[in-house]
Amino acid sequence: MALLSIRDLNVNFQSMDGTVEAVKSISLDIEPGKCLGVVGESGSGKSQTFMAAMGLLAPNARTSGSVMLEGQEILGRSQNELNQIRGRDMSMIFQDPLTALTPHMKIGIQMEEMLNLHSNIRGAEAKKLCLDWMNRVHIPEARARLGQYPHELSGGMRQRVMIAMAMLNQPKLLIADEPTTALDVTVQAEILDLMHTLKTEENTAIALITHDMGVVARMCDDVQVMRHGQFVEGGTTDQIFSNPQEAYTQELLSAMPRIDGDDVRPDISPDAGTVLDVTDVEVTFDVKKPGGLIPRTLPLRAVRGVSFDLAEGETLGIVGESGCGKSTLARAVLQLIDPTQGSVAWLGRDLVGLSKSSLKPHRKDLQIVFQDPLASLDPRMTISASIEEPLKEFQPGLTRTQRLEVVADMMERVGLSANMINRYPHELSGGQNQRVGIARAMINKPRLIICDEAVSALDVSIQAQILTLLKDLQAEFGMSMLFISHDLSVVRSISNRIMVLYLGRVVEMASRDQIFDDPKHPYTMSLISAVPVPDPKVEASRQRIRLPGELPSPMDPGAMWRFLPSRKPEEGSVEMPGMTQVAPGHVVQEHDSIEDIHRLTPQA
Amino acid sequence: MTDKLAQPFQQPKTADAAERMVENVQGRSLWADARRRFIGNKAAMVSVVLLTLIVLFSIFGQSISEYDIETIDWDILGNVANAGQPSLSNGHFFGFDENGRDLYNRVVQGSRISLAVGVIGALVAVVVGTIYGATAGYLGGRVDSIMMRLVDIFMSIPYMFVLILLLVVAGRSITMIFVGIGLTAWLDMSRIVRGQTLSLKNREFVEAAVATGVPTWRIILRHIVPNLLGVVVVYATLLVPQMILTESFISFLGLGVQEPFTSWGALLSEGTKTMNYGMLWQLAFPLFFFVVTIFCFFFIGDGLRDALDPKDR
Repeated sequence: MALLSIRDLNVNFQSMDGTVEAVKSISLDIEPGKCLGVVGESGSGKSQTFMAAMGLLAPNARTSGSVMLEGQEILGRSQNELNQIRGRDMSMIFQDPLTALTPHMKIGIQMEEMLNLHSNIRGAEAKKLCLDWMNRVHIPEARARLGQYPHELSGGMRQRVMIAMAMLNQPKLLIADEPTTALDVTVQAEILDLMHTLKTEENTAIALITHDMGVVARMCDDVQVMRHGQFVEGGTTDQIFSNPQEAYTQELLSAMPRIDGDDVRPDISPDAGTVLDVTDVEVTFDVKKPGGLIPRTLPLRAVRGVSFDLAEGETLGIVGESGCGKSTLARAVLQLIDPTQGSVAWLGRDLVGLSKSSLKPHRKDLQIVFQDPLASLDPRMTISASIEEPLKEFQPGLTRTQRLEVVADMMERVGLSANMINRYPHELSGGQNQRVGIARAMINKPRLIICDEAVSALDVSIQAQILTLLKDLQAEFGMSMLFISHDLSVVRSISNRIMVLYLGRVVEMASRDQIFDDPKHPYTMSLISAVPVPDPKVEASRQRIRLPGELPSPMDPGAMWRFLPSRKPEEGSVEMPGMTQVAPGHVVQEHDSIEDIHRLTPQA
Repeated sequence: MTDKLAQPFQQPKTADAAERMVENVQGRSLWADARRRFIGNKAAMVSVVLLTLIVLFSIFGQSISEYDIETIDWDILGNVANAGQPSLSNGHFFGFDENGRDLYNRVVQGSRISLAVGVIGALVAVVVGTIYGATAGYLGGRVDSIMMRLVDIFMSIPYMFVLILLLVVAGRSITMIFVGIGLTAWLDMSRIVRGQTLSLKNREFVEAAVATGVPTWRIILRHIVPNLLGVVVVYATLLVPQMILTESFISFLGLGVQEPFTSWGALLSEGTKTMNYGMLWQLAFPLFFFVVTIFCFFFIGDGLRDALDPKDR
């Protein structure tokens, strides 16, 4: 018998704009020890289905149908009864581990609270159980962590604490709502491994809500595809991936750029002139260190000596995990942050140290597209006013009608209907807003566009559209691009060359195919092996390359030597690993072999 | 592989721009949304109607009366408690004050002064405070420190003391009240605005404007200030009654506007002196207008805060 069984579930929301049907007659079953993947894009009602199952819907929601947990009806229960079930029989892990933990309570106290609510385990026994679970989710120095506050842990660690908390009472069902979307690929791989262990060892049923087909291929036994609140297709993972019936499922599968895809991206002709030449750029921030009467400031070296060049019409992909300084580097190139050292030469002229007014003529050629489409547009301005703003700065001679004409043309070029000219950003979808952002960046026909995680916040199908748009625009206008992303498959699909950053240093730089076919640096290898491939057969046969330990803090002086432990210098040395060229156009930071790194790294 | 997905977004191209403009859909702006929510708020809408009536009363109230604010009716003087009661028949709608003057006209005139002090005082505070706070917040660094320490210094001086001193030294006049209240009221405003600006200036759309080469002052005026308006409008409506209360307090102490002019505070002060002699109306009429106005502003401020709250969007 199924553990959780949902039949004909409908969820409606009463809002000022009328009734919104979020979930329309959804039925699904989850067996113990199985993982069901619920896949769909934003607004598909996948989260609301399980919020209803947990009884966590917003007060303006109306439900009908039935949700049975072990034969007991969940819908229509009082808050008190639900509180009994939640956390004991089923638990939920949320997308954002930052907001899901109470900031002012120590981890240990929060975990014990879970036990206090649902069992009569108290005191030393409770502490022992908490510690036990902290160890089981592979948190290093678990005992010390129990006395820490959530902000002292990294994102991946917090998500592990969330899982430990959710598992404390040994629930039969674990609902994971996009548990790894906010995390780096290597951390994502570890969390997925952990959930897989729970499934097999504890016989926990898992409902995995996600938009990432790769995660589904790695984790799930069964899949259910949803769209606009409706059921699209369901079946075993193998069935869905090898023989999808519905057009929408096929689109979802094909839209996702694959790290093992066979698409080609031609190299840039060798005689294309260099437009951007970045040499030894360093960016240092002052970080306040608490303690003592007078707070001291310590330098945080976000970018430490990065050099690269960019040819006309070329796309350089910059990958790295959060905190590796990729966004800081982008802003340093644009002079939005002043580099502490080094030079950024644009068309042979150094931009570093230029005054605002002498920099302004170059701003026309240097543009940026941001990660969050909504946040990067002024909410009080119509989208045409936003697109128009660069025109006002650089072509003040145009009349209002002429400007609107140019704006309307650009809007149609990026795939927005020109009659949306008076709309406001909050009325548009994320993908449409990102088109607005691209239109704004493109309006003056710049020669360099920096895309800072420009597609990371979008659904896969929209992501594919935006990538196509960027490629088309590049073919048409011939601008160069710096494409920054933590998503290797996205970077692969758009870049000619790729640069891998680790804690503000380049560890490997090569052409796209060299990086993916023949990675040299252990860090690059571990990144590539961590990316899930949307194909269960490939997933089963792939080998993960793991690195010992957690991603160290950029403040840690020894962090640079994580890949070269054999030559780690004395404390206080400013020496850094050097770069070697292994093939034409393929440079790699000096490193030890993976076996040596594992052998020489002290175990936590 | 992705062209298929991109299709629905492609629109057929029309050559003529003017033609395209005709079919423009009017955007649903944040303000339009807010207006809709505000109109749905009953308490706030009733307050708006009442407040409009009070404003109309203070502007045109005099025209339906044949008396003025300073003529003393000598027949009544000394016997106001018995003969000076409100009466519709003799045209003294609100009766007489203890000096035998027509109270109706004095309330009309007092309302005008109090409302003017409230609105103009709040306006000055809002304009000065917004520009000062937005500049300090946006420029940041040392400029911010100096500007905000200045505010701290001003705030540490007990303002009622300064105000009273100012009125005693420079003489009692409406202008001095404006100056005195305006001097202190913008301080809070500038702090609130600075805090909001700090969170705004790191938003990506401001960064996008910097990357586009928009000059600093234009970023403040075009991107920062419009996004502050929600907070500013709400605070301004709450500032008006505060201004009225301050003025009333000053006038109550006898330091406010000068005879024969009056204000709600002065009228209330006179009213409290005579309420024990059976002239309760002298307190009741100004009190009614005073309380209703203050409540109206509070309800409108509440309504605006709900209407502009981004969480409801």
